[in-house]
Amino acid sequence: MTPPRLAFRDVWVEYGDKIVLERVSLTVEAGAFVSIVGPSGAGKTTFLRLALGQEAPTRGAIDLDGDRLKAEPGRDRGVVFQRYSVFPHLNALENVLFGLDCEGSPLTGRLWGAKRRAAKERATAMLRAVGLGNSLDAYPAQLSGGMQQRLAIAQALIMRPRILLLDEPFGALDPGVRLDMHSLITDLWREHQLTILMVTHDIREAFKLGTRVLAFDKRRQDPHAPHRFGSTAVYDFPLDDKPGASPTL
Amino acid sequence: MRRLLNMRPKAATRLLLGAAPLILVALVYLVASSAQHAANPSEKILPTVGAMIDQIRIMALQVDPQTGAVPLWADTLASLRRLGAGLSIATATALILGLTLGLLPLARAGLGPLIAAVAVVPPIAILPILFITFGLGETAKIVLIVIGVTPFMVRDLAGHIAAIPEEQIVKGQTLGASTWQLALRVALPQAMPRLLECLRLSLGPAWVFLISAEAIASDVGLGYRVFLVRRYLAMDIILPYVAWIAMLAVIFDVVLLTISRRAYAWAHPARSR
Repeated sequence: MTPPRLAFRDVWVEYGDKIVLERVSLTVEAGAFVSIVGPSGAGKTTFLRLALGQEAPTRGAIDLDGDRLKAEPGRDRGVVFQRYSVFPHLNALENVLFGLDCEGSPLTGRLWGAKRRAAKERATAMLRAVGLGNSLDAYPAQLSGGMQQRLAIAQALIMRPRILLLDEPFGALDPGVRLDMHSLITDLWREHQLTILMVTHDIREAFKLGTRVLAFDKRRQDPHAPHRFGSTAVYDFPLDDKPGASPTL
Repeated sequence: MRRLLNMRPKAATRLLLGAAPLILVALVYLVASSAQHAANPSEKILPTVGAMIDQIRIMALQVDPQTGAVPLWADTLASLRRLGAGLSIATATALILGLTLGLLPLARAGLGPLIAAVAVVPPIAILPILFITFGLGETAKIVLIVIGVTPFMVRDLAGHIAAIPEEQIVKGQTLGASTWQLALRVALPQAMPRLLECLRLSLGPAWVFLISAEAIASDVGLGYRVFLVRRYLAMDIILPYVAWIAMLAVIFDVVLLTISRRAYAWAHPARSR
């Protein structure tokens, strides 16, 4: 039996005596699109940081494809943040080439010759796929917010991550642009058979995009010591109708 | 009527506004100088323009029989060599240390306090130590410039690197970048425009340290010359020398800014105000 893509086993996160997450036990199968919702401070972002490796659990374990996750970001997990996900000093093409450069050239961090040409072709195709085919030479500061997020997605996807982590990726965008991004991410998810974890504040977005919605909140409240109880996934809605269904709304 | 802070000059107005104070200062000087000379023809404190031009001719065109060199050019060359050597060493050190301290918490913990301690020592106060240690030659003067500007540059650059958003560093790691690759491809290019900016800001202090060192122990250099002729109240030499030093400083500043704008256009977005 193949192990699940991502497995949280009784994970706790504590900062000093403040408990942020408690008893988080869940698995994510490959190909799932998991939306994560919950009130501010309910540990959504901490949950994502755990999956990213930016933070280590205080107790418990996290497995990726059956292997223990290192508490350090790595190339098997892609990420798109709400802001600052792209490099301001590189143009769009160079931003997408970055991962291939690092992979192919440990010493100079830059590919040359035929390898570079091949990498450029791949990067250009990826940029076309996210709708940035006409902005290869543009620097991030010259791109709109939506285009910057498209670039950040292309940059992550070219490394074919086993899991894509999105931290409120569309939170800073205009409503119209957000709808475009919804169809883009849905198309990419289907086409590349991605496994996605997405944190969002927008419940409609969560249900529209996800094949599963996790709601984080505190299961117990102590009014005298609210910090002593942590959050966990209190609701877990499977939305089985998703594969094949085209996004409406 | 618009608010004062919303009134912006057009190109021509801006030029006029900028030139007016300069012209005013020049006029005030000319009037004061000629008034002094009308009262006392041998007056030395406010030399006439003619007297200054005569001195510039002597200093910039005639070979000094004692040294066999033209003073202004010999002084300029000697000073720029010292300044160039000092600032090159300072810039290279700042780049390496700034990147290391900015990127690596381990290095910050180890070296941060040392650099903070060196930074609070007034450089001129240790000039005697430098003269004792390195002698009165070139080394002491160059080391003074290095010690004077490096700590500021290191701390500024390290702070700038440390302020690169965490998201960028994490994103780099998810794209497979190692510490070395992050330093080379993410931190270094973003450090360069700041380093140039830092170098521009350090030019002023570097000149101060250079002229101080030259004033105390030297036999050639711009600072040496102005302090030498001070003994004869030779304002007609000092003022052109100071103007020349100021002009060199402006040229360096413009050159560094142009390099930064050309090579790192992404760091100079069009300003709104």
